[in-house]
Amino acid sequence: MLNNVSQLPPSLTDVSNTNANLRAFLYGLSGVDQVGADARAAMLATRSIKTSAKLKAIDLAISMIDLTTLEGADTAGKVRALCAKARRPDANEASVPPVAAVCVYGDLANIAKSALIDTQIKVAAVATAFPSGRASLKVKLLDTQEAVANGADEIDMVIDRGAFLAGRYLDVFNEIVAIKNVCGSAHLKVILETGELKTYDNVKRASWLAMLAGADFIKTSTGKVQPAATLPVTLVMLHAIRDFDALTNMRIGMKPAGGIKTTKDAIKYLVLVNETLGEQWLTPKWFRLGASSLLNNLLMQRYRMQTGRYSGADYVTLD
Amino acid sequence: MNSPIEVNRTAKLFINGAFPRSESGRSFPVADANGKFIANVANATRKDARDAVVAAAAAQPKWAGASAYNRGQIVYRIAEILQGRKAQFMAELNDAGVKSAEKQVDQAINQIIWYAGWSDKLAMTVGSSNPVAGPFFNFSNPEPTGVIAIVISEKPPLLSLINQLCAAIVSGNTVVALAPQSAPLISVSFAEVLATSDLPAGVVNLLTCDSDEIAFWLASHLEVDGIDLSGVSDSELKTKLEFEAAINLKRVLRDFDDGYTAMQSWLEIKTVWHPQGL
Repeated sequence: MLNNVSQLPPSLTDVSNTNANLRAFLYGLSGVDQVGADARAAMLATRSIKTSAKLKAIDLAISMIDLTTLEGADTAGKVRALCAKARRPDANEASVPPVAAVCVYGDLANIAKSALIDTQIKVAAVATAFPSGRASLKVKLLDTQEAVANGADEIDMVIDRGAFLAGRYLDVFNEIVAIKNVCGSAHLKVILETGELKTYDNVKRASWLAMLAGADFIKTSTGKVQPAATLPVTLVMLHAIRDFDALTNMRIGMKPAGGIKTTKDAIKYLVLVNETLGEQWLTPKWFRLGASSLLNNLLMQRYRMQTGRYSGADYVTLD
Repeated sequence: MNSPIEVNRTAKLFINGAFPRSESGRSFPVADANGKFIANVANATRKDARDAVVAAAAAQPKWAGASAYNRGQIVYRIAEILQGRKAQFMAELNDAGVKSAEKQVDQAINQIIWYAGWSDKLAMTVGSSNPVAGPFFNFSNPEPTGVIAIVISEKPPLLSLINQLCAAIVSGNTVVALAPQSAPLISVSFAEVLATSDLPAGVVNLLTCDSDEIAFWLASHLEVDGIDLSGVSDSELKTKLEFEAAINLKRVLRDFDDGYTAMQSWLEIKTVWHPQGL
């Protein structure tokens, strides 16, 4: 699905004509009730998911993972090992579904692509001077083109938080549009880096800005900044997706990333999606979990559910 | 002066250096030897045991990595703190119906110091350099087993606790211990001693609970590397737990006999062949 500016309904086509228009539109969005959002997220987090529902949620969460390695010390070997794990997360258990995607730096996308060529698993590459986003548009475009040329099916870009916080919304908007144009058939995930946006109002504005500019997915964080994904921030973004869908009939995906480490956390996010957007979003096509250590925790929980014994760190891979 | 407010003590679990209540909120009453109510004690569940294992596993590499000398100092410090709280332990032992309370506490303190001394001597008594037919320097060194689950014996209350715990931690293992239901307050007080004695968080985790119930979860837990079943009185259950422990080839100590043997139960011997003359 390609959602370009041209597909937007007439009421939204001219919001990005000038910075003043865009600013007026973003500031015209209703404010987020911070206390309310926190309380709602906390309330949904108390839902108890047990036994067979939990087992189902574990498998669903595994199939939604963007299995990630974004370290300076990444090597081709490490990416290959990660891909092997993505295909078959638990070597002892063939019934575990594969993950949704493997997420790496753009220069390693070709390694991941060739390791996953015969599977449905997508290759996601971070681009646009990830994680800071501090580079010229020219460099960011080249970075993206290279990742796409290396075989990335999905591009995870970061927005220019400096420009966003300084109020240069149109610059941020145009950058996303430009990146989207060079993505070709690759899906574009736009990382808002909510930990640097400070307020829920800003998160809501950035979500709308990214969706208007053509994002296929909006993503909370790079994982390099604290706080990363949190439940209330995810809730605010899910609300934005719901409202955008109602207004434009365009469906946008969601990816919380960073800090989701336990099965319990992952299930809380699934509950949040189900209660906010509904079941149709509960597929890897529309919802992803950016994570690395989460997968081991899910596998250990799965073992516990199926055997009645607790598993240990010696029985999952070292990543 | 007004009469002081009576402050009742809440006896809680000891997990990762903190004193949480049981996640379930459940507790059991404790009475003294005459049947008089003393306190409600937290009754740990399998989830508390699971959390304790997570804490013990996380603390283990660093504790094993500390120098033997340093571990010895810390174990010695436990004795120092216990000495300072001697009166409290004597009172609690009296409550539990122990006649020779003072002798027991003194013996416990001596015993801790005995273990502290062993920390930097185990390697040379248990380890060896081995003559081999080849150009190798061949030596065997003890390494800690890892996370040890301990079911503490009911009798003698304080001494069992100290023997079983110290035999494991002195060499760099970390512990999840199940206190006996008969005199749990002594274990809780000892946890308070541990919390104030430089022992890193998570090295010892103490749960007050129905040991027979919780031991199963520890015996079958893949993150646990050894289990001391001395406190399990039902021999049929003990055998069942041994079967569970076999799942990941845990070291099993069926009965605590003496400290030196117990210390060796929680050691793995690593033999290195080092080429000579290169």
